[in-house]
Amino acid sequence: MLKEGQVRIPSGCAIAAIIDKKGERINGSEIIKSIALMHDRSNGLGGGFAAYGIYPEHANDYAFHVFYDSAQSRKECEDFLFKHFNVDVSEKIPTRKTEKIGLGPDIWRYFALPNKVRMSESRLDEEEYTAQCVTHINTSIDGAFVFSSGKNMGCFKAVGYPEDVGEFYMLDQYEAYLWTAHGRFPTNTPGWWGGAHPFNILDWSIVHNGEISSYDANRRYIEQFGYKCTNQTDTEVITYLFDHLIRHHGLPIDVAADVLTAPEWDEIDNMPAEKKEYFTNLRAIYSGALVNGPFSVILGSNKGLLAINDRLKLRSLTAAVKGNRAYFASEESAIRIVCPDPDEVWSVSGSEPVFIPLELDEKEGSAK
Amino acid sequence: MINYIPREFDIVRDRERCIDCGCCVRQCGFDCHYFDDDGKTVVADSTRCVACHRCVDLCPTGALSIRKHVCDYKDNANWTPRIQQEICRQAATGGVLLSAMGNPREYPIYWDKILLNASQVTNPSIDPLREPMEIRTILGRKPEKLTAVKKGKSQTEMPPQVMLETPIMFSAMSFGSISLNAQKTLAIAAKNLGTLFNTGEGGLHPELSDWSDYAVVQVASGRFGVHKEYLNNSKFIEIKIGQGAKPGIGGHLPGEKVTVEVSNARMIPEGSDAISPAPHHDIYSIEDLRQLIWSLKQATNNEKPISVKIAAVHNIAAIASGVARAGADIVVIDGYRGGTGAAPTRIRDNVGIPIELALAAADQRLRDESIRSRVSLVAAGSFRCSSDIVKAIALGADACYVASAPLIAMGCHMCQKCNTGICNWGIATQRPELTRRLNPEIAHERVENLINAWNHEIKEIMGGMGINSVDSLRGNRLMLRGIGLSDKELEILGIKHAGE
Repeated sequence: MLKEGQVRIPSGCAIAAIIDKKGERINGSEIIKSIALMHDRSNGLGGGFAAYGIYPEHANDYAFHVFYDSAQSRKECEDFLFKHFNVDVSEKIPTRKTEKIGLGPDIWRYFALPNKVRMSESRLDEEEYTAQCVTHINTSIDGAFVFSSGKNMGCFKAVGYPEDVGEFYMLDQYEAYLWTAHGRFPTNTPGWWGGAHPFNILDWSIVHNGEISSYDANRRYIEQFGYKCTNQTDTEVITYLFDHLIRHHGLPIDVAADVLTAPEWDEIDNMPAEKKEYFTNLRAIYSGALVNGPFSVILGSNKGLLAINDRLKLRSLTAAVKGNRAYFASEESAIRIVCPDPDEVWSVSGSEPVFIPLELDEKEGSAK
Repeated sequence: MINYIPREFDIVRDRERCIDCGCCVRQCGFDCHYFDDDGKTVVADSTRCVACHRCVDLCPTGALSIRKHVCDYKDNANWTPRIQQEICRQAATGGVLLSAMGNPREYPIYWDKILLNASQVTNPSIDPLREPMEIRTILGRKPEKLTAVKKGKSQTEMPPQVMLETPIMFSAMSFGSISLNAQKTLAIAAKNLGTLFNTGEGGLHPELSDWSDYAVVQVASGRFGVHKEYLNNSKFIEIKIGQGAKPGIGGHLPGEKVTVEVSNARMIPEGSDAISPAPHHDIYSIEDLRQLIWSLKQATNNEKPISVKIAAVHNIAAIASGVARAGADIVVIDGYRGGTGAAPTRIRDNVGIPIELALAAADQRLRDESIRSRVSLVAAGSFRCSSDIVKAIALGADACYVASAPLIAMGCHMCQKCNTGICNWGIATQRPELTRRLNPEIAHERVENLINAWNHEIKEIMGGMGINSVDSLRGNRLMLRGIGLSDKELEILGIKHAGE
């Protein structure tokens, strides 16, 4: 059977997220509790988490999480990594023995900064250099897959139910100010660990529920700009779209969200002149980045958390606020189990992105 | 004179039904029908019949039918009857064989070897009757990125854009090759449909000035009818480098078609042959094209997008890329099935490549060069129905040009005799007694009905795929699967085989 990257595999899912916008850190057991409630929305073929603010002691280093199929692939990847980066720490990611998670790849973690000489030779900025190195490993080194490459954040994923994946990675030992979680229901997969969600590049991580019908239009759009969709998954292409719009085109995150979920022409035609011009220009320029079909997406980054829903609201996504915290989940019950009396609960509507910015105190660093 | 060629059709008259009213006599511009010596009985000379069906469709008693004349040749898979007849025609005249309309030969029609996708379970299909289904299409050069420092306000300097309410436009047919009534029909329909018609290289007749906002004006190698007002009375300007039906050669409107009105619109003497040279004599290379594009932008105060129409030839991907880099805002590719008022038969039937392959190759090339999103890509060259258009958009087209289909809606029966200047349906003729048969006030409704029907079908197909905006169909090749195609064909089309 072909795995992700060799064939396009659609899937349904459950998603959840918690953010503390003041940067107070939350234990991983909270998000596990939330996603576990939606057990039936996944089928055991993939679960995962993204956590921001978990590595304060290495806040300025890129944290690479890598799956290896063999010792040979690790050797090849490390040769490349050590040549292109100054690696501070190289270690196995600690895991807990649990029979619910089957045999998988070796899982390693590196804290590293780009090799300055190589980076300056490449004439790329730090992020582009790092992104290209990650793409190189994932496309050229057989059996090695970098599944997390941001700073002070990390993705944890595996084949299994999300709550078991959380136990496996000992997420109750991690504290983060932003958590996202995903339970997967692929319709056809042998269960490849790299194919689980979240999908990540640099700071961006995405969990997603749905199957976008615009996939190939979006893929062929983004591949014009040096991206290579190796996973052939919706999450991958959506992550790249955001990365491109925000990092390369310098768009504010909510403008990038408008690109993906632009309102319908019927609405735009009746808007006041300035707004109409904005959306008309946006749709004309970024027609290839419009995302279509049912989806709910939660984008995590060190800037904050963005939740978007498809234009027709074909997928469920509920949001809630309580004090400094915001909660998102495919089902309201998954919010109430960790936050029984929220100040406000609402259903995220199509083409109205919700963005919760992180308001971290600069002096204290990126996390409390 | 005996020309060694059996007639093509038999006009069959049911004498029991015929009332000798003479309707067919009046209708046939080829003079097939006439009153017998008695002045009362209508008879027919089948040798002139072209199967245009004008007499059949208008006969009040339904007495007429046309049959293919059967006259067998000795079997020969090599020297077919068609080949032998063409030799006889050339032996009789010494001339280049001429034909009209698109290449009718039995080359593969890739549209018929591509199947579309639909949603099941994992992704809901969308009902176009209940949900908005967008087919609005915007053509023109796009800036690299949106400039917006905050949500809701664009600070982007947009080049001129053209907003269409359907991805279907009417392709170039000049006044001269078709009648003013035919052009007016398309102009009215274009306005009502929110799309554009195209003047071809025939100038803009003053009667059409009310529709200049819906006109694409062409600048071709003969530069007929080109002046400042003409350029500015348009939605966009199209430089015609080539035409799918006759790549690499020019055009020739015989003097007998150059009536007073045609001569005025084209700015040439009445009765003179209007000859469009094969190349533009100011474009001998790509850098010259850039200058012409620049000149046209200057002449129109940078307010009009400039499109460049090229025929689908072997190296089309590189040419399309060069054209885009030379500054064209819209690149039009015309496939080898594209129609024509007249073309040398050998050229029409043997030069150029299918639009499906040309479009796929050009779209991919522009993407490989990271410039696809900056320019618009329009496909032309025989779109027969809405699913052809859906497939073209999924291969990568922004919009499609159609001409033969709206002509059929007006009455054309593809008799392929446009080059004779006789058209019983009043379309490809300048004879007043024939052109008045086409009433734009009635015909435009048929054309609009056709495009509206296609729009409905496109929306239905998109809805089935779970797509509610044509933006998400464009270039979405996963929605296509090939059937019975070789690996090479699939590779060029950039699609998978059915079952994969």
